Amino acid sequence: MNKISLRNKKEKRFQLYGKTAVLVAISFLAILLFNIFSTGISAFKQTYVAVNLNIPLDVNKSEINPRAELNKSFLKMFPEIQSRTERRAALSLLSKGAKYEFEELLDKNEGKIIEGYHWFLASADLDMYIKGTVKRQGDTAGRIDENQMKFVDQLESKNLIELQSNKYLLSSADSREPEMAGIKGAIIGSLYSILIAFLVSFPIAVMAAVYLEKIASKNKFSDLIETNINNLAAVPSIVFGLLGLAIFLNFFELPRSAPLVGGLTLALMTLPTIVIAARAAIKSVPPSIEEAAIGMGASKVQTIFGFTLPLAMPGILTGTIIGIAQAIGETAPLLMIGMVAFVVDVPGGPMDASTALPVQIYLWADSPERAFTERTSAAIMVLLAFLILLNLTAIYLRKKLEKKW
Amino acid sequence: MKNLSTALTFLVALGVSSVEARDTIKIVGSSTVYPFATVVAEEFGRADNGFKAPIIESTGSGGGLKLFCAGKGPSTPDITNASRRIKMKEVKLCAKNGITDITEMKIGFDGIVVANAKSGPTVQLTRKDLYLALAKEVPIGIMDGVTGPNPYKTWNQVRAGLPNIPIVVYGPPPTSGTRDAFAEIALSGGCSEIAWIKALKKKDKKAWKKLCRTVREDGPYVEAGENDNLIIQKLTSNKDSFGVFGFSFLDQNKDKVKGAVIDGVAPTFDAIASGDYKVSRSLFFYVKNDHVGVIPGVQEYMEFFMKDDAVGEGGYLVDKGLIPLPASTRAKFQSDAKSLAKLVR
Repeated sequence: MNKISLRNKKEKRFQLYGKTAVLVAISFLAILLFNIFSTGISAFKQTYVAVNLNIPLDVNKSEINPRAELNKSFLKMFPEIQSRTERRAALSLLSKGAKYEFEELLDKNEGKIIEGYHWFLASADLDMYIKGTVKRQGDTAGRIDENQMKFVDQLESKNLIELQSNKYLLSSADSREPEMAGIKGAIIGSLYSILIAFLVSFPIAVMAAVYLEKIASKNKFSDLIETNINNLAAVPSIVFGLLGLAIFLNFFELPRSAPLVGGLTLALMTLPTIVIAARAAIKSVPPSIEEAAIGMGASKVQTIFGFTLPLAMPGILTGTIIGIAQAIGETAPLLMIGMVAFVVDVPGGPMDASTALPVQIYLWADSPERAFTERTSAAIMVLLAFLILLNLTAIYLRKKLEKKW
Repeated sequence: MKNLSTALTFLVALGVSSVEARDTIKIVGSSTVYPFATVVAEEFGRADNGFKAPIIESTGSGGGLKLFCAGKGPSTPDITNASRRIKMKEVKLCAKNGITDITEMKIGFDGIVVANAKSGPTVQLTRKDLYLALAKEVPIGIMDGVTGPNPYKTWNQVRAGLPNIPIVVYGPPPTSGTRDAFAEIALSGGCSEIAWIKALKKKDKKAWKKLCRTVREDGPYVEAGENDNLIIQKLTSNKDSFGVFGFSFLDQNKDKVKGAVIDGVAPTFDAIASGDYKVSRSLFFYVKNDHVGVIPGVQEYMEFFMKDDAVGEGGYLVDKGLIPLPASTRAKFQSDAKSLAKLVR
């Protein structure tokens, strides 16, 4: 009797340990996600300031100096401004990017009168005050000083400051002005790298797996290869970066910072992961099916391509997607081949210089401007979304292609 | 097999196509100059001059000069940024690889600050305090020439009048240029205020350097990685700790941290510009003149960088925390940029 209750207690304790472990893991994840979301969500909004424009019809719009014209219109809203310091203080509330928005407005309204209030991008300092990232202390808030605060208060009382959705974040590449910085360049760079990594590593890895599993004879040599592949999967990623530097940059003389080189380097890194997954998948195909095919007179190649590979495909694809997901989050190898760089233009092809998503996160996290903090978190959110998407694809493919026997 | 050979042909084909010259300037170098150079690069790319925005990698001053001096041609960088002057050793390395025509550009100053949380104690430090608090070996007792492992655990042990809180200073790791400059200017500056150590400098420079520039490793100096934002986070969560970083980070986080007064001078923009605040250094970039005219825009970028509305008193780099050069020095480098003055060392 006593022994049974003891055993039951033990069982209960064991279950409790398990539950606690799961709970701890989940709470860590929750804290991480909460932290990222609570700081990052504000980056999807952006502060705009309304400027009263009055540009008559008889002005040749291509001859206007957009910056000077915009500044003039903005300063007109504060007739009390006298000194140069005050002018500077007021103008610093507008972003450098406002000029480009104004140019766009001029182009769009060629031959029309432009008047009334139009919204223009605010500087990052103002943006952070409006979002409450920096708190007001008396008449200052972070980098906004007493001089600027007068104008901020005026604008606010007239409802000329507004939070709108941040169109720069997803549609432009990196910038040193936080309010104009975006991750489009990084996303495209990542996509190119991943595409190339997939195109290169997938066929090579599958062929290698098929050869090792089905064609090569088992001897010391194939054992050696197997051990090496397994070891390769555990090599730190920076080593692949060095390898990429030596082969692709120094030997093949491919351009530095190009997603092509990034993709090739990541392909080297994911190759062993896919080989291992593919071998396991091929191994798990029931031999009876292959034997039946051979028995019906199919050749070895016919058997492999007609039966073994299609049946092993869900497993191979799952392994590939896991490998690719790992590669998407990798920065260390990209550092060696020069993809950790400041690139203002969205890459037009795999040969153009580019960064990648995790690299962008790293670069922003290291920037002195405070406003990059929320953008770093926003970029992490996008990266997480990518990873979730990839994993969902893996699950979907597995469900879809899975054969029951 | 077919796949493999296609992949190889693909590679070879790309290898061939990449030999042609590039149309974008490549810049490497210091992580301290990076935030300034990137702003200029972006403006340069947006300006209506037909050139693309340069690509900038942050490799550290030493790493940048190594890449820069590796040779000529489109596969090597055109410009490298540095948070210190080029060393004789590096000039020789460059010359060995055929690069003898370099132009040096000094862009301004960067102050290094010792800061703590706004709600923490306000302190007046001297460079000697910093040396005594952070060096590995310090003078022990009253005898000249006797040193031992740093015994100080709290600030008031270093000098009476400082607060009674444990010494905790977050700073950059040894790979960082900021750390080098901090040890070189703040620590050895304070160290040389002790008479017998100053005498030692003349007698045995090596021993002096070791004594004055080695940072302690027994805990109070915490290496916080290259990420200065992380240091600021740590300062706000631990009110009694201090951090070492560049002036631009102090400027951006005025609402969270305050800079300590060092040798009676607070780290303000004006004090660093005038040279009254002692812990500051010059920032440079170096241009490979053989690439001028080969890679489009190299000289134009150089002149664009040195314009008054960039590095001058009211320039946009000043908004980012750069401390401008005196007007006369700036004018000299502006004319150097025009004439591609050759670096002589």
